[in-house]
Amino acid sequence: MSDIVLKPTAQPVAIPVGEILPWAVFAGLILLLALYFVGAEEGATSLISGSSVHEFVHDGRHLLGFPCH
Amino acid sequence: MVGNLLLRGMIVGVVAGLLAFGFARVFGEPAVEHAIALEEAASQAKGEAPEPELVSREVQAGLGLFTGLVTFGAALGGLFSLAFPFAHGRLTSLSPRATAGLLALAGFVTLVLVPALKYPPNPPAVGDPETIGLRTQLYFAMLVFSLAGAVLAVAVGKRFRPALGVWNAALLGVVVYAAAVILLQLALPSINEVPEQFPATLLWQFRTASLGVQATVWTTLGLLFGYVAERYMAAARTGDARLAYSQGSR
Repeated sequence: MSDIVLKPTAQPVAIPVGEILPWAVFAGLILLLALYFVGAEEGATSLISGSSVHEFVHDGRHLLGFPCH
Repeated sequence: MVGNLLLRGMIVGVVAGLLAFGFARVFGEPAVEHAIALEEAASQAKGEAPEPELVSREVQAGLGLFTGLVTFGAALGGLFSLAFPFAHGRLTSLSPRATAGLLALAGFVTLVLVPALKYPPNPPAVGDPETIGLRTQLYFAMLVFSLAGAVLAVAVGKRFRPALGVWNAALLGVVVYAAAVILLQLALPSINEVPEQFPATLLWQFRTASLGVQATVWTTLGLLFGYVAERYMAAARTGDARLAYSQGSR
């Protein structure tokens, strides 16, 4: 009885959270780091000394709306 | 499934970055060049020595801009494709394309438009280097609070969906988010470091171009990722069915 579909609409099947979470955590961290390098490195905070990263992505940073200098 | 979506999201993100690069070259760079010329003229008038160029203007406006926007696109595309499966079939019962479109619209409003209304993008020559720390903190605080407001709005909308129906619950969510935006606008300090003599038209041109760059990225993500994800998920479903059939018949 429990197998009978009461409302046979085409409800999309959600991917289980347990399957998404490992990807979201590990890939998410790496991707956020990439965003940090484009958006904020050598502005208020520096992981690498100097300002070559900042100067290289300068125009992109301005045009994406990040605070630059 | 998630890994395949991530790969597709990052490829779509690269395409978004390429389109944004085209947009930025045509509509953004003239304003950046103009602002830099003003900045140099101002420092010359004060008798300051010109700043040494670590990276030439050609590289900044060419390869540097290209690298920045494509990296940004790929990273955001990846994050978008990781957020997508949380929404699909859970927050909406819509098709993958419609879910991706709505998610991109929500992302653009939450992470670009609302933060820009408080802390708008600034061209070179605007902004005191002394306050970069404070401005960066406030900008990222704005991003985080805006995102938190959106998450709260979605949670409230989902909570009241059975009682109010889809439309009214969604409207309630919008009201919650709007209240959060008003609160942030009033609570966070405003910053205005635009020099007295800076041309208003140039500022407007730069800021609209900047919003255009972001809109190009998010529109591409929403529309193209939706298309790619829908095709992939449909193929994966029929693939599963075929697999189940062949295993069952064995």
